[in-house]
Amino acid sequence: MTTPDVISVGYLVAAVLFILGLKGLGRPRTAVRGNLMGATGMLVAILVTLLDQSIISYLTLAVALLIGSVVGVLLAVKVKMTSMPELVALFNGFGGGASVLVATASFIEAVDLGSADNRLAIAAGVTALIGAVTFSGSIIAFFKLQESLKGSGFTGLHLVRAAVMLVSVGLVAMVALQPDTRGWLWTLVGAGLLLGVLGTIAIGGADMPVVIALLNAFSGVAASATGFVLDNSLLIIAGSLVGASGLILTRIMCTAMNRSIYDVIFSAAPAAAVGRDDSDVYGDRVTATSAEEVAMILEIADRVVIVPGYGLAVAQAQHAVRDLMTSLEASGTEVVFGIHPVAGRMPGHMNVLLAEAEIDYEHLLDMNQVNPTFAQTDVTIVIGANDVVNPSARTDPGSPIAGMPILDVDESRTVIVIKRSLSPGFAGIANPLFAADNTFMLFGDGKQAVLDIVAALVSV
Amino acid sequence: MTLLIALTLFVLAVFLGLELITKVPATLHTPLMSGSNAVSGITLIGALVSAGADHTMLTTTLGFVAVTLATINVVGGFLVTNRMLAMFAGRKKRRP
Repeated sequence: MTTPDVISVGYLVAAVLFILGLKGLGRPRTAVRGNLMGATGMLVAILVTLLDQSIISYLTLAVALLIGSVVGVLLAVKVKMTSMPELVALFNGFGGGASVLVATASFIEAVDLGSADNRLAIAAGVTALIGAVTFSGSIIAFFKLQESLKGSGFTGLHLVRAAVMLVSVGLVAMVALQPDTRGWLWTLVGAGLLLGVLGTIAIGGADMPVVIALLNAFSGVAASATGFVLDNSLLIIAGSLVGASGLILTRIMCTAMNRSIYDVIFSAAPAAAVGRDDSDVYGDRVTATSAEEVAMILEIADRVVIVPGYGLAVAQAQHAVRDLMTSLEASGTEVVFGIHPVAGRMPGHMNVLLAEAEIDYEHLLDMNQVNPTFAQTDVTIVIGANDVVNPSARTDPGSPIAGMPILDVDESRTVIVIKRSLSPGFAGIANPLFAADNTFMLFGDGKQAVLDIVAALVSV
Repeated sequence: MTLLIALTLFVLAVFLGLELITKVPATLHTPLMSGSNAVSGITLIGALVSAGADHTMLTTTLGFVAVTLATINVVGGFLVTNRMLAMFAGRKKRRP
């Protein structure tokens, strides 16, 4: 076998391993093996690529691989489970950024050697655009998740965005028409970076799971487009697989929020409802309670559902919640968790947090499993969730979240809401649940409140 | 590879991806995302050629940065996915 043959066979093996790996990642039983298969595929791909005869400077590669590996290991080992969305956003951005750089480098090389044609130019242009959007969009998402960036955009943002999008498409055409002028490609990269910023700057917390999933899909498409630049079948296949899986997750998240992908990307963020005063909803009907009272209610409960939201992650309350579950189960109470698909800041975020606190996965019910059971539930404890338990989605057709699937916690006999204040969630609307007759508000930090309840349970 | 073959691969792989991952339990959404994200770091193999070909200073520099970024994506992505999945698996073992 000649070297190019070895490389091709290696790429085929890698492609098969990626396919089996992704398939494995979709099932609990095979997920660990799936991830290992993906990693093995990557290793095979890297090793056979190093045989490529156009590679002459191995020292450069060794240094870059070493730096990348050390940083990658450190990030992966040090990250807290609550910060997982940030890390995934960052990795997404790095992947997209790498695609831009590779496409740009090989395009410049081809132009220098006089081998650039229209096809290569279009592929390089498309890669530069998608990769740059992925890079800057992910970086903005990263800072928004860290809450070090609070920008909410400005009026007419979507018009500016549309304009930049048109200009970008025009620039792709210019790259294709005048491949010898490097300036077009650099301008295109700049436009892509701007587009990524404009696309994510106005995204609020509740849209984050959709955006992260979408950027994940983009990073795959960018890799696939790079494959068209390099004429590399493995990049095309692996990139498309990731693009498709990202698209599926995006669709799941959109369905869970009753929004279309188009709305999330192109429309302005939903405006906060104005005109209705929150006091109309709350009045003097909100009942505050104490940890001791909650403990007494829980004492006589047979079935308790805990509904976690992003507030649980912020308060790092997952371990306290596990203690609560343990002490309730010790007295014979059935405890399950009801998890809304968009609870948290990325798909599956709550599941990962609760797993970290060693809560068994059979205890975690998704929306469709838990909703029919609320009517037979004695106590539902909502921790740091708001919009996903807002009954307005069901009852008020004029509400900004009308039609969004929610957890029907209000159907349970008693609802305890642990929250810092009555402040609205991301949708910016009041939540009639807080004023319901069967709802008691326990104001305070999520973690401290849960710890107080556990302490009170012991002394009851 | 002709453009048509490349497009064929692209379209077939997209359909394959959509078929592979239809019903994923919520528990696996995050690991699936970070794992597939690591696979998208496949750009690394393109970066290796760009950086190693030693064409010009500019392309080598671009390639060098690309290799670094893609390696972070690949190594970090697979590792953190494994860490998350180990949390799921670890609990099962502890239960009788």
